Order: sequence, then C-alpha cells, then structure tokens
Amino acid sequence: MYTQALNSSDGEDRHVEDAARAAQFQARIDAEERIEPNDWMPPAYRKTLTRQISQHAHSEIVGMLPEGNWITRAPSLRRKAALLAKVQDECGHGLYLYAAAETLGSSREELVDAMLAGKAKYSSIFNYPTLTWADIGTIGWLVDGAAIMNQIPLCRCSYGPYARAMIRVCKEESFHQRQGFEIMLTLCRGTDEQKAMAQDALNRWWWPVLMMFGPPDQASQHSDTSTKWKIKRFSNDELRQKFVDATVPQAQFLGLTIPDPAMKQNEAGNWEYSAIDWEEFKQVLAGNGPCNRDRMAARRKAHEDGAWVREAAMAYAAKRRQRAALQAAE
Amino acid sequence: MTAANITVSETPLVLYTLRRADDALILGHRLSEWCGRAPMLEEDMALANTGLDLLGQARELYSYAAKVEGRGNDEDKFAYLRDVRQYRNLLLLEQPNGDFARTIVRQFFYATFADLYWRAMMRSTDPTLAAIAAKSEKESAYHVRHSSEWIIRLGDGTEESHRRAQVAIDELWAFTGEMFSVDDSERGLIDAGIAVDPAPLRPPWLKTISGVVDEATLVLPNNDWMQQGGRSGRHSEHLGHLLSELQSMQRSFPGSTW
Repeated sequence: MYTQALNSSDGEDRHVEDAARAAQFQARIDAEERIEPNDWMPPAYRKTLTRQISQHAHSEIVGMLPEGNWITRAPSLRRKAALLAKVQDECGHGLYLYAAAETLGSSREELVDAMLAGKAKYSSIFNYPTLTWADIGTIGWLVDGAAIMNQIPLCRCSYGPYARAMIRVCKEESFHQRQGFEIMLTLCRGTDEQKAMAQDALNRWWWPVLMMFGPPDQASQHSDTSTKWKIKRFSNDELRQKFVDATVPQAQFLGLTIPDPAMKQNEAGNWEYSAIDWEEFKQVLAGNGPCNRDRMAARRKAHEDGAWVREAAMAYAAKRRQRAALQAAE
Repeated sequence: MTAANITVSETPLVLYTLRRADDALILGHRLSEWCGRAPMLEEDMALANTGLDLLGQARELYSYAAKVEGRGNDEDKFAYLRDVRQYRNLLLLEQPNGDFARTIVRQFFYATFADLYWRAMMRSTDPTLAAIAAKSEKESAYHVRHSSEWIIRLGDGTEESHRRAQVAIDELWAFTGEMFSVDDSERGLIDAGIAVDPAPLRPPWLKTISGVVDEATLVLPNNDWMQQGGRSGRHSEHLGHLLSELQSMQRSFPGSTW
C-alpha cells in the first residue's frame, strides 16, 4: 500500500515516466540482464509471461494423465517405478512453474481456476490418447524430446525465475527423453509384435508432435514481442526443423519409419517434411481433440473430490492458530 | 495365448519374504492409482513418493525371495505371474483407495505397524533381511509422520473431514488384527531369530494409534472381530481386479522383454 502511494504520479507525467522506464527496461533486456520479480516491467511483459508460464504449468499437470494411464499396467516393476517417478517429476515441474508464475502476482489458485474453467490453455499434445505401452516410450522419446527443444532456449529467457526453473526442468526432461528412447529400443529389439507396437505409436504421434512447436512462423501471434523481450529466441519453424533433423537418425537407428513417405534430405542436410495438417491442430486447440473432454473432466474431478480435504487442512490450520493465540494470551 | 502362473516352492523363508514383498507391492500399487488425482499437487507428490518407496521395498524383497528359492523366478515373475490365491499380502493393503481419508487411514494403520516391524527386523540374524529392514525403516518413519499429520488434520478439521475419517477407521479396523498374527511357518523362523515376532509390537502400535486418533478427536471402534486370510491367499474380491490390471501386459504378451 505505502509503496503504491509513493510511486503514484498523475496523468501526463506517468506516460512520460512509463515511456522512459520501458526504454530502460528494453535496454536491460538487450544487454542480456535478467529481469527479477521486484523489477519494474511493462504490464504486457508481465501478462505474456504469466500466460506462458501458467500454460506451461498446466501442461505439466495435464501431461500427468496420459502417462498416468499406464502406471498401473506398466509391464515390469522396473518400468513401473520409473514411470511413477517420471510422472511425479512432472507434478514437481508443475508446482515449480506455478511458483514461478506466482512471482508475477497471480496466485496458483487463480491460475488453476482459469484452467479448470477452460479459459487457460495447456499443450495440445496431451489431448491424444495413450493406447499401448509403446505410447509411453514414444511420449518420452518424442514429446519430451520436442519439449526439450522448446525449453533449452528458455533457460536463457529474460525473466529470471522462469529461466532458472527451466534449467532444472530441462535436466529432468532429458533424463525422461533417454528413458523413453530406451523403451523404444527395447521394443524394437523385441518380438515382431513389439516392433509393430512401436511403429504404430510413432505413426500416431509423429504429426501431433510436430504441431507442438506451434503454428508456422507466418501465422504465429505472439512471436514478435516475445522475441523482442527475449522470452523466445528461436522461431517455431526453426525449432521444428531442429527437432526433425535430430529425430530422423534416431528413428533410423531404431529401425522405425517416419510416417512421411515424401520426406527427403536437402543439400544443406536438413530433412524436409511434408505439409502439416493445421486444421487438425486448430480442431484440437478448439477442444475437439480425442481426449480434451476426458482430460478436463479428470482434472475437474480431482479438484472437486479434493475440495473437502483442502477445506479440512485450512480449518485445522485456523484452529491451530487460534489455539496458539489463546495460549500466548494466557 | 496367455502366460501361465509360476509355481513357487514356498519354504518358510521364501514364504516369509514373499509376504512382506506382496505387502509392499500391493500397497504401492494402490498408492500409484492416486497419481494425477490427489486433492492437491503436494499430496500427489507425497503419495507417489510413498508408493515409490514401497515399490522399491517390494523389488528388493522379491529379488531376495528369488535368490533363496533358487528356481529361476525373479521379481517380475513373482509380481506378474502369480494369481490371487498365490498372493500373500495383508487384506488391509488390497482394500480400495476410497476417498482420501480411507487411503490415509489405511496408510496410517500399516505404516505405524511397518515402522515397528522393520525396526525389529534390523536385528534379524539374516543379514539381507536386516539390511532391507534398515533401509525400509527410514522410509516408513516418514510414512508414519505424513499419515499421522493427515489423520489429525482430517479428524480435527471440518465436520465433513471428521465424519469421513471416522468412517474410514470404522471400516478398516477389522483388517488390523492380521498384521499381528503368526502361523506355524513363521514360528520356526521367529525362534531362529530370522523373522520378527509381531505379537509384542501390538501394544506400542496401539499406543501410537490411540494417541494420534485421540488428538484427532476421533475414536477407535470397540469391535474386536478381526478378518484374516491374506497370508494364506484367501483374499477379498478386490485383489483379483487389482492383479488383472497390474498383470495385463505380462499375461497378454508372454515371454516378452520390456
């Protein structure tokens, strides 16, 4: 309250002051300085980051569901323990990211409520189903692989808490990625049935994974300001190309076929892929993917079923405070 | 084609080890069912963490049982290729999760027992069992703390949480007696200083349970009828469903490596 009063200035003055601050802010960004929670920042910067970090947090939490679908059916005790630990890591990433978003002034409750109300988005990839055990390998190999491509540049993002969160998240994600690849390798060296299972999973996940990098550069809404603010350092298409180039030799090593018969390597060494079906992306984003409704229903159910537990914890904490106050007064 | 059950030669030490392994696996599996569904993210992590501890205990115990048995079985064969009648876990641990209160009460009853049990087992004349116990005791000490704190919060929280916690205690109480029972097969191992005699653990168990339940403004039932059967493979109907899910891959794709 007091600081607000001290900082207040009227009309014309404030515009001049804000313009000066914005210039100063941009100069700091250009000099690769980190912006910290108590620093001044343009409201649009705050808004963009809150949106991006909370979407990222929601994605981690919703992302627990497709993989959680296989914890109780994992084919060996070693795989079961690894998968449970992996999904637990994702929950930890979600918590960590909500905490980073909170440094921008929105509470976890507000952010979660926006997601449950369908007002905030999460990564569309989690609206696809995990039908076989090979899907768990493919998610680790490709979905986590694509996430790492996206997130490694974010370790140098201009906003300090997000950049630091990403360093830790990326370390764990690359462990998950190797684990996923190892599941695929085991399947590909297994029986014909297992190999077919791996190929089928790749066929279903390949195109949705390419969509994870977002719309093509010409159509991306947020890129320009995000680039200026050094939240984003590479374009969607650049990251997508990098991912494809890294993945093709891995698929070859596994003996799997990428479901894009027209794909070819150009003179520069890049793998040129066929046109992506952006209509499918639009439909999934609009809520019409195979699992959008199931995912939201599962999150809402967990939230609603847990309401009485959260209330009990609050009530108990309040009672304890009251008792402590009474004791202190005696 | 489906994979057939394995046969196990249940010498007293194999049986004894499998019983503890099955306890840890079945409760760990139940806790893993919570993943993505807990009342808050912190609890999602805590329940997964506890589940992982238990899975780790199960794997060590199964591996030891396999070694003692020496007939080519391994942790996965024990877990995935035995049917309901071959499972040896306590009835308490296969009970469905129910609501959060029920899961916590089940955890609280078992962890309080397990902590005393592992502590006693650290003195086993069998060095492998003593080593597994030393590691497990550290884990169960945390499980006791986590579940007792929740018993108190739920019991002394709101009217609804109090009611749910009391219902869970009343419904699960009859499964607690089995933790302290001993059959002839275990008696010999107890006499040899290999196995733990659970009977003397009941008074300290009851003391801890009563203290926490009392602080939570809850009550223990007067009913002292106790259900038995898990140790000899006479289970509730719930276990078969748990196993059909747990074992589905190994049963559908016999002999594959994953």
